[in-house]
Parts: sequence; structure tokens; C-alpha cells
Amino acid sequence: MRVVPRAGILDPQGNAVAGALGSLGFDGISEVHVGRLITLRLLAASEADARERAEAMCRRLLANPVTEDFEIRVAS
Amino acid sequence: MKIGVVTFPGSNCDYDCLHAVEETIGGQAIYLWHAEADLQGSDAVFLPGGFSYGDYLRAGAIARVSPIMEEVRAFANAGGPVAGICNGFQILCEAGLLPGGLIRNRSLRFASRSVRLRVEATDSLWMSRYEAGQVLRVPIAHGEGCYVADEATLDELESSARVAFRYMGEASPNGSARNIAGIVNEAGNVLGMMPHPERAVDALLGSTDGVPLFRAVESHLNAGVGR
Repeated sequence: MRVVPRAGILDPQGNAVAGALGSLGFDGISEVHVGRLITLRLLAASEADARERAEAMCRRLLANPVTEDFEIRVAS
Repeated sequence: MKIGVVTFPGSNCDYDCLHAVEETIGGQAIYLWHAEADLQGSDAVFLPGGFSYGDYLRAGAIARVSPIMEEVRAFANAGGPVAGICNGFQILCEAGLLPGGLIRNRSLRFASRSVRLRVEATDSLWMSRYEAGQVLRVPIAHGEGCYVADEATLDELESSARVAFRYMGEASPNGSARNIAGIVNEAGNVLGMMPHPERAVDALLGSTDGVPLFRAVESHLNAGVGR
């Protein structure tokens, strides 16, 4: 699960990182966001089942729906 | 009258909160342990400041699934007075008992200082001893106190007189939307605020502006309009 600050919500960490990259001479940078990556091993009947459960985990705990968006990747 | 103060692993303002209750309210103040689903007959509950679960995942995210939080939720839904201060506010937002959320301060700095607050709506049980427009001096101490919510929620908070406190001055200390420092729920029995009223109950420590908040819940309970 990849959790990132919701689009349009203030992301002070992303802004600070953008500034730091700029001061190292990396140019042309915009829209820097800092999020978190959560990996887990899950025993599931199918990929769809795994995805559904991962989504529920994100909605209920791993991401805050007010401030964050999430993406799920399933590998078996 | 019995007032409960919840201790989570990483709470660090629980003693201050208990002390403030003892100093300001005529009644018994007790600690409630996060792992026990029991409010022990508390007539009001405080969720104190600190760094519950080391702020892992998000501030308040883990604490809100503690066994005691189910009891706090039921108590709040039944109209019981609940106040979350600092980390307690973050926990109430994570639990969905208050709208919005609290993210990293805009400055990225931990903000620890005394701030001026303006009292906004005074209709709720927690605010009854303040006057609208009154200016308070209360300390803040937080790294994740930037209040955010979508525009519709912010508009509703304002139009339904649920903004309890606002930071004064040109810029809020953390970047909060509309300078919001504290809000109440729709019924007015649940209050969340980032500043620390429990650190403002003794003139020796620079301010007694937090006292009316504690006296307000005392009056409410004495009037017997609690549960």
C-alpha cells in the first residue's frame, strides 16, 4: 500500500524536500510529495480478495481518508 | 463527580490533566488505562496530550483502536462530555468523533510556546464559562497541529458555531485552516483542541485561562444534565 498526502492538501514535508532538491541544483522539480509504503504478506483466496482486504485496511487504519490517498499493489 | 483521564502508552500530559482537574473541579480524578474497556463510572473523560504509540503511522491512529476508545465512543454518542487535548484531539479526529484531521505543522517545526487564542462559539457545555471574543493565553506544544478539513466541513463548522477557539495574530502557529485551534462536535459534548488548557490553571505558571474550561464541565455535571 502506498499512502500519500491527498491532492490539494498542504504537504509541508514535500515542499521542504522540493526546496532541498532545488538547493542541490536539481531543477525543473514540482509537486514533491512524501508518503509512506506499507508492505505485508497476506494469506488470501485470490488476488481480488487480497485487494479487497487491503483496501479495507487502508480505509480503516493505514490511510486517513481526510488527509491521505492510497494505492494498492498486489503480487502473488 | 468522577472525572477520568485516559493514559495511552506515550501519553505525557495525563498527570498534568489529572492535576488540573483536581485543582479546578470539586470531585474525584482517576486514571483510565487504554487497554481496559472500562470508564469506571466517569462522568466526563479527558484524552490527554502526548505521543501515543510514538505517533506511529499517524498521530492518534493507533490509539483510536485501543479497547477504551470503544467505551469513549459509546459514552460520547450518549452525550457524555469528552475533551481531547493535543494528542487527544488527534485521537478524536482519527476516531471520527470530530471532523477533519491534523497534519504536520506548516513550518515543519515542533511549536512549543504560549499563544493567544480567541474564544469563538460558547454554546457548548465545554465553553459555557467563556465569553465570545475573550482573548486567552494558553501554551501549545505540538508538531502535528495543522488542522485540515474540506471547505464544506470548514463552512459547516463556522455556520453551526462549532469553532471553539482560534489562534490570534497574522499567522497561526501551525498553518491550521482558518486559524482553527479547537472545535466541538454537533451535539457540543465532544471538544478537541491543540492548545493545553491543563497547563494554564495556575498563576505561578503564567496563566489561569484554562480554568473556565474545567469549571464549565463541572457546572454541567452539577446541573445534572449529563448522562
